[in-house]
Amino acid sequence: MTLLVAEGLCKRYAAGRGVTALDGVSLHLSPGETLGLAGASGSGKSTLARVLTRLAEPDTGSIRFAGEDWLALSGAPLRRRRARMQMVFQDVLGAFNPRATVASALEDPLRIHAVVPKGERAREVAALLDRVGLPAAYAGRSIREVSGGERQRIAIARAIATHPALIVLDEAVSALDVSVREKILELLVTLQEERGIAYLFVSHDLSVLAAVAHRIAVMEAGRIVETGPTSRVIADPQSPAARALVRAVPRLVIE
Amino acid sequence: MRTMRRLLATPEGAVGLALLACLALVALFAPVLSPGDPLRIAGRALTTPFSDPAFPLGTDRLGRDVLAGLIHGARTSLAVGLAAAAAALAMGLCVGLAAGFAGGLLDEALMRMVDAFQIVPGFLLALAFVSVVGPSVPVVVLAIALGAWADPARLTRAQVLSVRERDYVAAARVAGMHPVEIAVREILPNVLPPVLALSAIIVAAAILTEAALSFLGLGDPNVVTWGSMIAEGRNVLRSSPWLSIFPGIALVLTVVGVYLLGEGLTRALSGRRAAA
Ligand SMILES: Nc1ncnc2c1ncn2[C@@H]1O[C@H](COP(=O)(O)OP(=O)(O)OP(=O)(O)O)[C@@H](O)[C@H]1O
Ligand SMILES: [Mg+2]
Repeated sequence: MTLLVAEGLCKRYAAGRGVTALDGVSLHLSPGETLGLAGASGSGKSTLARVLTRLAEPDTGSIRFAGEDWLALSGAPLRRRRARMQMVFQDVLGAFNPRATVASALEDPLRIHAVVPKGERAREVAALLDRVGLPAAYAGRSIREVSGGERQRIAIARAIATHPALIVLDEAVSALDVSVREKILELLVTLQEERGIAYLFVSHDLSVLAAVAHRIAVMEAGRIVETGPTSRVIADPQSPAARALVRAVPRLVIE
Repeated sequence: MRTMRRLLATPEGAVGLALLACLALVALFAPVLSPGDPLRIAGRALTTPFSDPAFPLGTDRLGRDVLAGLIHGARTSLAVGLAAAAAALAMGLCVGLAAGFAGGLLDEALMRMVDAFQIVPGFLLALAFVSVVGPSVPVVVLAIALGAWADPARLTRAQVLSVRERDYVAAARVAGMHPVEIAVREILPNVLPPVLALSAIIVAAAILTEAALSFLGLGDPNVVTWGSMIAEGRNVLRSSPWLSIFPGIALVLTVVGVYLLGEGLTRALSGRRAAA
């Protein structure tokens, strides 16, 4: 059974002369699978992520998620179903209300979806922090008082709080140092093994996708121009866009 | 409390706060400092300042005590300035929030209204309004507010439009938060600070507008204001310039104080943001 099937997604922005951000995108994702979404800047990766998470509406196309017509949902039913599809953003600071504390950021989803009874929220926050490798004492801190890597761990904790089936990660590690990046990728892979979460992992960096993705889809100008198993796409890219991405990965050459 | 300490650490903030604190105390305790009606004839006309201990700053053409006028004028200036600024900010916030959140036709309609008010100079608007309705303190307050609410309205709307596109608002939507809760908890608290930072400029402008209206004889005739004192002294400007100079100095000190305090506050708040 597939978890997510998108077909023929199109999205045009009217700004300026008009930009076709998505031009007939189709993709599918199985439970527990990671689909890496690669592509140059402006190829429409973020737009696709936003359309799938219902932050933006496509002009045409269909999305089935967890057996339901995802685009037909609205209002309260959509808000309830959102527990099953979460998102992690690139801007580790911008993704949190400047006034939030670590505890309030994690309590919001627990409260909205009534994941645990009110009295157990604090304990659940501690458990979530522990799960992403942060001390429970962080709960009292302001979001501004933790480092970028720790903040992304909190964003991941917030995303898994509602037991989602799919997490869309838009350049989730691009803003982080290489050492921090590896730890976060490890955490994501472990969480996936434990909980069977599927990831749509957006990144312009193939070396990141190589570490986490089962399959890779390459986007160019609003279309998916190539899809295949990670090792095949990296070893033998077929499209010019994929070849350019492979070339862009720096390699250590020791002479 | 931390903001307060930071505020006092900036020279602008410390000086501005000291100036305004003095003025506020004078305004608050005006009846104690100078009992009786400041408009009553108290002594010989045109007493020179520093010559008669009973009238340290002299008297005007009708023999009214200049110091008493200044003390009671501080009341009017501050009260009218603050009330007008508060009214302008309240109006601006309401209109800006409505326009920013509703969008569409309501946004268009509200913003054309803001345009209309912004094109007409605020002072002319106040002048026309008071001339038509008649001078009294509430009318003057409303008149000044009418000329000053457009800027905060525009800024509020721009802030709403910018804040609602931030990732943390998207994150709240992804979390399934109700739109009303998003507006109240995620957007509003982050919209207000820059708009409130405008308040110093609005208060300073309101005090000046009030003085200008009084100067033109459009203030409430039953209260002393610095503007009306300056106008009164203008008749004898050559022989007794102090009658205009003293209220002029009071006005300048007040406006400079408000302005410095605003600068200090802005620096204290942005310093807090940068340090965090
Ligand atoms: N809100 C918007 N209004 C108008 N045009 C937009 C908007 N968002 C995106 N676009 C345009 O749509 C196209 C795709 O943008 P998108 O952000 O999806 O690209 P991306 O692949 O995520 O790029 P990057 O790697 O730089 O993040 C771009 O040409 C962009 O300018
Ligand atoms: Mg992007």
